[in-house]
Amino acid sequence: MDEGRPIFQQIAERVENDILSGALSEEGQVPSTNEFAMFYRINPATAGKGVNMLVEQGILYKRRGIGMFVVAGARERITARRRELFVLEYIAPMLAEAASLGIAPDQITQLIENQLIERETR
Amino acid sequence: MNSQTPVIQVDGLSRSYRDVAALQDVTFTLQPNVICGLLGRNGAGKTTLMRMLTGQAFPSAGSVRLFGENPVENSAVLQQICFVSEAQRYPDGFQARHILAGAPWFFSNWDAAFADELVGKFRLPLKRDVKKLSRGQQSALGVIVGLASRASITIFDEPYLGLDAVARHTFYDTLLADYAEQPRTIVLSTHLIDEVSNLLEHVLVLDEGRLLLDQSAESLRGSASAVAGRAGDVDSFAEGRQVLHRDTLGGLATVTIAGRLTAADHRAAAAANLEIAPVSFQQLIVDLSTRSAPAPAVASVVHE
Repeated sequence: MDEGRPIFQQIAERVENDILSGALSEEGQVPSTNEFAMFYRINPATAGKGVNMLVEQGILYKRRGIGMFVVAGARERITARRRELFVLEYIAPMLAEAASLGIAPDQITQLIENQLIERETR
Repeated sequence: MNSQTPVIQVDGLSRSYRDVAALQDVTFTLQPNVICGLLGRNGAGKTTLMRMLTGQAFPSAGSVRLFGENPVENSAVLQQICFVSEAQRYPDGFQARHILAGAPWFFSNWDAAFADELVGKFRLPLKRDVKKLSRGQQSALGVIVGLASRASITIFDEPYLGLDAVARHTFYDTLLADYAEQPRTIVLSTHLIDEVSNLLEHVLVLDEGRLLLDQSAESLRGSASAVAGRAGDVDSFAEGRQVLHRDTLGGLATVTIAGRLTAADHRAAAAANLEIAPVSFQQLIVDLSTRSAPAPAVASVVHE
């Protein structure tokens, strides 16, 4: 767990990551709050808060007496929201770092293109 | 958070030993089924508070109510409390098996099968004088009694002394697993704050006999930031904010600032080439309890 950020948020993010990677499938059951608590060694109330946040966001839903499941379409929903955050969380910090290193804008585009080519040929 | 009656209700509690004020006007309530950390430096009054919670010491002023009742010589209440004291002493010739066999008389919810399971997990020798057990084995005995008591209120005072890292994690894992199955109120006094911080739902911090913090662990996490950079830039950023701690190295400075930073704060810091890092739970409590400023002002700042 990373310090400084609420743990329930980090739990929610990990569940989202597992949905994106396919480790948790849509309409599939997710571990119980207590299982999350024990796995991550955190207070069950905190784990419950993370899971409930995903319920409120329409990523998970509750089946009474059975447990928690992934909503159909959850992947799409998570991807859409993370794309919106992509600029803020990745591009903006990158440009700030580039500016402090004196990397010119056209050099940045060149560097990105080089990386894309390298990825393709790998 | 919920509307249940508090299991622990402490009101204006004070305790003096001769001219030393061990506790001063401590007031808080604890809701049922919460794992609460009782934190603070040595001599902060933690053990005094726990002794009064469990009816083993008398207040000089104020009151303690458990389940709405005074715990002193109240067997109905005491049967539902387990206090695992770091300083627990047993009579000569007592072996662990004697203690486990006698436990059902003291704890109405005692689970003997669970105790046996824990004896195996912690590899506790049953037929050796308790006084001849190692410090770690004595702690393991305390932990086993505390967990198997399944008491509605279980209080652990530094339960880990002499326990190695493996045994401590066995304790945390077992505590969590058993708490998840059978929720109850747990008060955990410890110095290993970083090790237990994720287990806690609520935090009480005592400092010099006063209650410095009484709030949810989640609200405490991330409620301070460390800002580092050139001393002049750091100080102008910190101006008008509550600084909990300040370190300098040559022309560089790091300050710990109370309160959550806004997105605008982050932008301002980035523009001034300042680095912002989260402050660990343990570091925050250390910073708070090494300050000399009056406690209430600090608590109100961290409360957002």
